[in-house]
Amino acid sequence: MLRRTLAAVAAAALAFVAPVQAQAPAAAPVEIQFWHGLPQPLGGLLEKIVSDFNASQARYKVVPTFRGSYAETMVGAVAAFRSSSAPHIVQMFEVGTGTMMAAGRAIRPVHELLASTGVNIDFADYLPPVRGYYQAADGRQMSMPFNSSTAVMFYNKDMFQRAGLDPNAPPKTWAEVEAAARKLKEAGIACPMTTSWPAWIQVEQTLAIHNQPLATQANGFRGMNAEMRLGGALMVRHMQNLVEWQRQGLFRYGGRDSAADGLFPSGECAMAFASSGLRARVMREARFQWGTAMLPYYNDVAGAPRNSIIGGASFWVMNKGPNAGETGGRSAAEWRGVAEFFRYIASPEVDAKWHQDTGYVPVRRASYELTRRAGYYAANPGADVAIESLLRGGAATDNSRGIRLGGYVEIRTIIQEEMEKAFQAGQSAQQAMQAADTRANAVLRNFERQNARAAQ
Amino acid sequence: MEDALLARRALARQRWARWLAHAALGLGVLVFAFPIWITLVGSTHDAATIGRGDVPLLPGGQALENYATAWNSGGGTLRGNPAAGMLLNSAIMALLIAAGKIAISLLSAYAVVFFRFPLRMAAFWTIFITLMLPVEVRIIPTYQVIVNLDLFNSFTGLTLPLIASATATLLFRQFFLTIPDEYVEAAQLDGAGPLRFFRDILLPLSVTNIAALGVILFIYGWNQYLWPLLIINDRSMQTIVVGLAKMIGNGDSQNEWNTIMATAVLAMTPPVLVVVLMQRWFIKGLTETEK
Amino acid sequence: MDRKVIFKGRALPLLLLLPQLAVTLVFFIWPAAMAVWQSLLQQDAFGLSTEFVGLENFAEVVADPAWRGAAANTAVFASSVAMLALGVALFLAVQADKAIRGQRFYRTMLIWPYAVAPAISAVLWLFLFHPSIGLIGRALNAAGVLWDYQLNGSQAMLLVVIASAWKQVSYNFIFFLAGLQSIPKSVLEAAAIDGARPLRRFWTVVFPLLSPTTFFLLVVNLVYAFFDTFGVIHALTKGGPGKATETLIYKVYVDGVDNLNLGSSAAQSVLLMVFVIALTVVQFRFVERRVHY
Repeated sequence: MLRRTLAAVAAAALAFVAPVQAQAPAAAPVEIQFWHGLPQPLGGLLEKIVSDFNASQARYKVVPTFRGSYAETMVGAVAAFRSSSAPHIVQMFEVGTGTMMAAGRAIRPVHELLASTGVNIDFADYLPPVRGYYQAADGRQMSMPFNSSTAVMFYNKDMFQRAGLDPNAPPKTWAEVEAAARKLKEAGIACPMTTSWPAWIQVEQTLAIHNQPLATQANGFRGMNAEMRLGGALMVRHMQNLVEWQRQGLFRYGGRDSAADGLFPSGECAMAFASSGLRARVMREARFQWGTAMLPYYNDVAGAPRNSIIGGASFWVMNKGPNAGETGGRSAAEWRGVAEFFRYIASPEVDAKWHQDTGYVPVRRASYELTRRAGYYAANPGADVAIESLLRGGAATDNSRGIRLGGYVEIRTIIQEEMEKAFQAGQSAQQAMQAADTRANAVLRNFERQNARAAQ
Repeated sequence: MEDALLARRALARQRWARWLAHAALGLGVLVFAFPIWITLVGSTHDAATIGRGDVPLLPGGQALENYATAWNSGGGTLRGNPAAGMLLNSAIMALLIAAGKIAISLLSAYAVVFFRFPLRMAAFWTIFITLMLPVEVRIIPTYQVIVNLDLFNSFTGLTLPLIASATATLLFRQFFLTIPDEYVEAAQLDGAGPLRFFRDILLPLSVTNIAALGVILFIYGWNQYLWPLLIINDRSMQTIVVGLAKMIGNGDSQNEWNTIMATAVLAMTPPVLVVVLMQRWFIKGLTETEK
Repeated sequence: MDRKVIFKGRALPLLLLLPQLAVTLVFFIWPAAMAVWQSLLQQDAFGLSTEFVGLENFAEVVADPAWRGAAANTAVFASSVAMLALGVALFLAVQADKAIRGQRFYRTMLIWPYAVAPAISAVLWLFLFHPSIGLIGRALNAAGVLWDYQLNGSQAMLLVVIASAWKQVSYNFIFFLAGLQSIPKSVLEAAAIDGARPLRRFWTVVFPLLSPTTFFLLVVNLVYAFFDTFGVIHALTKGGPGKATETLIYKVYVDGVDNLNLGSSAAQSVLLMVFVIALTVVQFRFVERRVHY
């Protein structure tokens, strides 16, 4: 009741003040529809950024709507486009990038949007693995990078101590991880290590860190005719290790996607490979000393370790529908509003605050600097591990830039399914990876066929 | 003498058989009630107890807190989606589906039985074939139709396609065919038109059938899953069955299971009460609609 | 079939029929036609490029090992659910028919699970069989059975079968009990006088008399297991581990919604429609025959 009264008072006050402030355009602000897929509490933080933008000027009003999970948001946006009611901006997870990029007339690339509206965003200042994931092969920006994370290792310092391991020297290589896991097991810890996001972390990240291809054509960046390369020696070796460690009780498979997230903060597992975004939850829930480290690597592989790749989502600009023509079905003011909103979220202050509030990485060097100068990393040791991991080993290579494959949502599920079959001992690591290759290639060929003409 | 002995033996055997029957039924009731009992128990403990895996067999003392949390704010990744709102949404959906189905079926059965007009049987068969295909089978195209009609995220889009089923029409048609001709003749002698006949005679005669069907359709509507999952993604319109399934996510052991179990209890209470309290209608509705 | 006495008028009956017909046309005929049309196309997700491919989608679906796997899963799943739900319900109904006192009480206690939604039933059983927090799941692990439905396909299948069959028992129980009660007592008494043992009496006299009910229930249970159990699988296993619990209807959903592969999803829908129509025709045939004798 009180809140409602306050809101009414505030609205009345605004109504009184607003006409004085914005004398020139008396017309109602241009509305920009924005669909996102972040549940609470992240969704609330995102909507706060939007309302801050709306309050910062009077010309445009971005209207955020939560449309369910990323996958649901994607399906909703596709269906809306087909019936000519697409939102201006849609948040799309990184695995949907290949599909969106091939969507031709459905999207308006960010570089085009900025050029036509005369708004400038300094993408050179963005972290290379972040901007690179959303760039065309020629380096032009296709979507607007936003919430980005990468994979790191969390470890339980109390358990390390109990097992006689140095809590301040986390294992760096897989050999060291294995040795630590054995000691932890001997010390009576039932779950020495686990992983969240099995496909993203144990397959995509592992290949990137070791500079090995997941698919040909630079993981699909150079063309839709890419073919899967999961059956390579490194991937089979790593998969074999995981299966073997699971058999020996050193590794615990905790389920697909983020299902294993709870196993670390609850104190069940001593080491967990998870999204850097899990940090906020670990801080809130863990009742023990813990640390963060970069993902381990095989030190006998030449060129390893390199940068890890990102996860998370970016913002795509959409045309209204299939028959919207040159204008995309939107007025110049609408396009301008979208560009202004992007300029707002690209500001280092907004980005730095988002990074500190959520545990996502800062997408710009400037916001990283800002956060560092504010003393945030000194007060929160380990919060910068994710950024170091993204910048490890210099400029990204063809294999560590990211994944650009159409239908990758389905392919990720395929990889997880085949991994599960290997963990069930239904098939060997080699068979699992080859089966994943075969099935994923079928998806890629299908996608290529469906999109070959749409991309023209 | 021998007969008396045999009779006594038969009697003893019967009593023994009856005891066995009671024992088997008792066991059956226990097995059936066990998951519910554990759910009730789970809704009365704190999340930490459940998270540790120490679910006891007896209720704890957290019931009020858990139900208050579930009712007012919800749990899991859906934090901020209170059960109160979701229950209301489910109730609206279930009532709209039940009322809508009954209304349009009564009208169309009336038209088919009491009138002659061209294409009468064609119309009847068009309706009849909807009986064959559950909405799940044509789910994706129906979803596209809803998007095209801009009915996404609306109660209209949620309920209208589920009203298109022929079960109720068939039932009312069967029932109307059993109404003696004298009723119609008497009404016509009194000068009553078709609409008055429908309102004053047919509706009162159909009350039992409407009640029986209403119970079944309410439960049918309340328990919908796939359709609301697809057609609603506005959190304020979430129904409780879908909301509950979303709460458990990937089955994380660190979920707020106490709140989830309280929500589960809240989600099944309305339809279970309907079945138990309206048992007579329920059984009548079930055995007559399906046969 | 038809009434002798009828009302006159043409506009009124059409008006009365209109709502039902409109809903049927818009939400049934139109989408069903769309499904058939889409099953003949290859299309990108956004509908920007469309190619007519004839029956190619069907050929691909039928040749796809994943679809065949889903078909096999569906067969195992549906027959297990039907057998379990029918068997338990029949047993309990026979007992309830014997127990003359307390019948109403037992009936009340056994029919309410029907009101529980399949997805909620999944949540209840998950809470019992969760490997680390579930009462039974933990007990199994403590007893040395390696119980983890997230990794063991057969265990996952067992769990979805139990969760799905549980609530269907209520439904079957009501029909079996009604069927048993409609058998004339004189028939049973005659059999008893013949001296047949109770069990033999059941299989030779009672069960054949129940067979129309049993057949009807079998069809209903199969349709239930095919379609209504989507909620159980979606809430419990998401088709996993691997593809161990992916049923045909679940695959239609995943291919259409998650994978945005509309042509293939539509072709699978059409195949399912054909199957349901066949099942319904068989059922009506049978019901008709039963009416004759």
